[in-house]
Formats: sequence, C-alpha cells, structure tokens
Amino acid sequence: MDWGSILNNTLQGLLTPTTLAFSLAALGLAMHFGFAGLLNFGIAGFMAIGGYGYAIAVLTFGLPWWAGMLFGIVGSIIFALILGIPTLRLRGDYLAIVTIASAEIIRLLFLTTAFTDVTGSADGLFGFNTRTDGSGFQNANPLPAGSYGAGPFTYNEQTLWVLIFGIIMLVVGVVLLWALMRSPWGRVIKGIREDEDAIRALGKNVFAYKMQALVIGGVYGAMGGIVYATFANVSPGVFVTSLTFFIWTSLLLGGAATILGPVIGSILFWTLQAFLTNVLSEVAISGILPVSTTQASTLRFVLVGVGLMLLVIYRPQGIFGDKRELTFVK
Amino acid sequence: MSNNASPQKSTDLHIGAAVPGCQKKDPILVADHIKKTFGGLTAVDVEHLEVPKNAITALIGPNGAGKTTLFNLLTGFDTPDTGTWSLMGNSLSGVPSFKVAKLGQVRTFQLTKALGLLTVLENMKLGAKDQKGENLLTALVPAIWRKQDKEIEVKALELLSRFKLDAKKDDFAASLSGGQRKLLEMARALMTDPVLVMLDEPMAGVNPALTQSLLDHVLDLKKQGMTVLFVEHDMHMVRHIADWVVVMAEGKIVAEGPPDTVMKEQAVIDAYLGSHQDTDLGEVTGRIKIIKDGGQA
Ligand SMILES: Nc1ncnc2c1ncn2[C@@H]1O[C@H](COP(=O)(O)OP(=O)(O)O)[C@@H](O)[C@H]1O
Ligand SMILES: [Mg+2]
Repeated sequence: MDWGSILNNTLQGLLTPTTLAFSLAALGLAMHFGFAGLLNFGIAGFMAIGGYGYAIAVLTFGLPWWAGMLFGIVGSIIFALILGIPTLRLRGDYLAIVTIASAEIIRLLFLTTAFTDVTGSADGLFGFNTRTDGSGFQNANPLPAGSYGAGPFTYNEQTLWVLIFGIIMLVVGVVLLWALMRSPWGRVIKGIREDEDAIRALGKNVFAYKMQALVIGGVYGAMGGIVYATFANVSPGVFVTSLTFFIWTSLLLGGAATILGPVIGSILFWTLQAFLTNVLSEVAISGILPVSTTQASTLRFVLVGVGLMLLVIYRPQGIFGDKRELTFVK
Repeated sequence: MSNNASPQKSTDLHIGAAVPGCQKKDPILVADHIKKTFGGLTAVDVEHLEVPKNAITALIGPNGAGKTTLFNLLTGFDTPDTGTWSLMGNSLSGVPSFKVAKLGQVRTFQLTKALGLLTVLENMKLGAKDQKGENLLTALVPAIWRKQDKEIEVKALELLSRFKLDAKKDDFAASLSGGQRKLLEMARALMTDPVLVMLDEPMAGVNPALTQSLLDHVLDLKKQGMTVLFVEHDMHMVRHIADWVVVMAEGKIVAEGPPDTVMKEQAVIDAYLGSHQDTDLGEVTGRIKIIKDGGQA
C-alpha cells in the first residue's frame, strides 16, 4: 500500500472546486431543512438549474459569464416559486415528495433529446468557461499562467481562479446566512420549523416566510451548481438523486441547524470520499480484499450509507450542533 | 401575589334577559350563524354570540361540545360552513389566522404549542408585533432592529418574571414541564399586546400552586383593559374569575349568564349530567368537593 499517495490524494480533497460547490449547496439545505424545517430532497434540481442556467445563458444567449450566473440564479428563484406556491401550504412531507420528483423532472428535461440544441442532452454542455470573444469566466482570470501552491495543494492558474471565486462565494454565503439567522427574521424561521401554527397565532405570515426560506436556500443551491460549472462540464449524470443524498450527508455530518456545520461537513465528506476511493482501490489492487477495483469504488458508497445511518442514530445533531438540539427527536 | 379576596366582578353586561345569544351592552366580538360540520357531525352551530368587552367570559361545556372548534373558527385556523363574525366592527370572516392575530385577537392552544428548540426567551420575543428585524432585508442591518429588540427583551423578561419563568429564560422550551409550557404560551400571547385573548384550557396541567397566580394574571389582563375569553372545566375557577359564562353543548350555546345564576339553569345541568341529575354540578365538573346535607362528599 502506497500510504504516501493515499495521504496526498486525501489532502487534495480538502480544497477542491467540488468541495466548495457542495458546501454552498449544503448551506442552502441548512436554510431549508435545518432552519426552516422544509424537507427539500431536490437540492440537486436547484444545482442543475444554476449550472445549466449559467451554461445555457453563455452558450445559447451569448451573455458574459457574470450575467450567465445571474441568469442561473434567477432560474432557481423561479423554480422555488413554482415549487413553493402549491406545496408550502401542505404538510411538510408532501414537500419532500414534490421536491424529489421535480428535481428528477428537471434532470430529465436536460437529458431529453427534444432540446439537444440548447441542453446538449446526455453529453451535457462544455466550453462555456473560456470564450473566443473573451466574455468567459476563465477569460476574466487575472492570474498569470503558472503553477501555484505546494505539495498536495498545487494548482494551475485556472483551478486557482475557480478556487478563489468559490471561496469568495462561500464566505459571502456563510456571512449572509449567519446575519440572517441571528436576526429576528431568523427567529421567525426557526419558530416555523418548530410549529407553524404557533407562529401564525402570533400574527406572522408563515407562508411568506417559508417562501423566502425556500427561495434563499434555492439560490444557495444554484450557486453550488454554478461554482461546480466553473470548472466542470454540466451533464445530466451529475445532478442525480444520489447527489442530493451526498449533500444531505454532508449537512447532517456537520449539523443541520448550524452555519459552519454544512461547510465543515462537506469538506469532511469529500475528503473522506477521496480517502476511501484511494484506500479501497489500493486494497483491491494489492488483493487484501477479494474485490475488483470497480467493486471497490462501489463499496465506498456502501460505507457512506452505513456512516450516514450511524450518524443519524448516534449523533443526530451533527458535529457542530447543540447537544440538546436533536433534529430528529421532537 | 396572594389574591384570596373576591376579585372585582364586572356586572350589568347584557341587555334584556340572560338567554343564549343575548345582546351585550358593549360587545367586542359578535358572531352570527357559525356552523361547522365534520362529515355528518355538527361540531359547532352557534346562532348568535356576543362577547362583552373588557370582561372575562368563560366558555364551558362538556368534552366534545365544540369549544375548541369554535376557537379555531373564530381565529381563522379553520373555516366554517356558514357564518360571519367581527372584532370591534371589523369583519373577520375569511381573514387568515395571522391577520386575525395582527388585529389583536390572539389565542392559545389546548394542546400546547411551545417552540421546543427555541429558548424560553426566544419564544417570548417571537410574540412581539411589528418587529423591524423580521423583514428579510432589514434583518441584514442590525442597526435598524437592535434597539427595538432590546426593548422587546426587557418586556419579555418582565412578563417571564411575572409568570415565574425568568430562571428558565435560556433553557429550550422543550425542557419545560407541561404546566410551564402552558404558562409560556400564555405569556407569549401577551407579548402581542392583544385586545382579545382567547385561552383554551389555560389551567389544564398547571399545578395548584401556580393556578392561583395564573388566575391573578387573567384578572390582571382585565385591569389592563383586555378582554378574555377562556375555556375551562373547573367550575371553581370559573365562579372565581368569570364575569360572564357561555355554556355550549353539542355545538350549540345552551345557556349564558353571570356565573352564579347560569350554573343553576336546567339546560346546563342537563348538558353536563345527562341522567345523573341528583349529583351536584360543582362536584362533577370542578376539583372542589361539595359537602352535602348528609355530610358525605
Ligand atoms: N378535525 C376534526 N375532524 C373531525 N371531527 C372533529 C375535528 N375536530 C373536532 N371534531 C369533533 O367535533 C366535536 C367538537 O370538538 P371540540 O371542539 O374539540 O370539543 P371541545 O373543545 O368542546 O372538547 C367533537 O365531537 C370532535 O370529535
Ligand atoms: Mg377543547
């Protein structure tokens, strides 16, 4: 076993564009579930709309990168409104069913060959970050070409630009969410999570607050999709239901009703993923376990599933959650 | 806050005979033809009801009489099949529950709704109305709401100490006992500065030592100019604090009147006792024992 390369690859997992993108999405889920009590199982749908919205706006409408990102965000706001108007008046578990279904609908709309010209169908979209007319995200990269950093944290100028952008978005996202949740607005949101009728009886427009929470969390999800799209192709294979569950795992790992929990949870989750991928394939290659390398990479998800179960049973409040605040024990 | 002396009762509230649906001199809430059916069951069928202003009205009646359903209808938490009602002349028919509360008609729930994973103090602060920081955009600028939030906190702490909950202010509401949650819910409702407070069984599950102080609070509300409508099963308490009693049975109002006379009405006795008419009403419905002529309870 080559522990040196395992360690190196694992450390790389600490700071990647993926980690940043999924941290943002996990923050959105914290807004939805952790603070407002909205059971959103369609966060991948919000991410898809963000990522695809950005890519389509650039490729099809020829918008500059920043306008394309705004386009993706506006798309997620519209999606949240369409989703929320009929469902937010219903009981919480209905929202879960509707969100999981609508995220699939979104994915299938991007997958269908009916819109291949715009969506790229199964191949997805690419080439939107660097534009010949200079309006792309990488065209705006101020960093000179070269290699930056050291050891496992060595990046070329393109990756570093993506990381800088992602970190800025994440920091802005964390600060905004913190500012909102410590305010009286945040108090109402948490109250709704506990008992919306009690909040109604105190004269607050619960529907409006839930809608605001759904939209804000949705925008975070879309930002996650956009940051993802700044370094990778968008394709229907990315925004699958299991992505939603990875983000849920990250959220629960860190603590659903916390600000930093989702971020740390995402970092831990993706670092752990990197570690398991490397260890398990080494284990398979060296014949310690009687499995093929393909089986080994599947085993990773089995272990993640078991980990999620143990987490929910033994530490439902997550790493950063208040011990008294057990999200699953009412 | 001992209060064993009889509280000052408001009298002379009605016009004409004290019959079901009788007119009040100064009604705050007026309801007409309120009907609600669940499948084949008529839960509420109230022809006319007026709640006197700045008085304490008790709504009594056996289990299943429709008291909670009537509360739900009047506060917009449920919609009636037919009926209109108004608060201080403003129609409330079809008005959503949060707007009803904004207008000053605030209710508590029979099944307590403490916000478990919020602290007792946060529960209280949620009650305050017109908070600048509860708007999404102004929430981001503490300079706009911090001062108001401090004032709300002062008011909340004052109420909490009156309700003997100040020592618990930083605990999660989930850690309170059932009786303490009732107190918290009532205190939280008072944070809204209501004009009409509707309490659904506020004393249920509250220990006797606290009951007395709760009664004092209810009496205090009247002194502060509020109107109280409350559901209660304990006739001793009803006699003690209510100025007016409305009796419901099987969805209908069967009697109305001042507490001393209404209990003696045949319709009330029938409603509560059915066939056991030789038993004293106070003994069946209250926690007090009535000593009969023979000396045994
Ligand atoms: N949501 C509901 N669905 C069906 N029946 C109900 C519902 N709510 C109340 N009821 C029925 O309406 C009647 C009145 O109930 P309720 O208002 O709770 O009585 P009370 O508060 O006077 O004890 C009861 O027979 C009860 O079973
Ligand atoms: Mg009831």
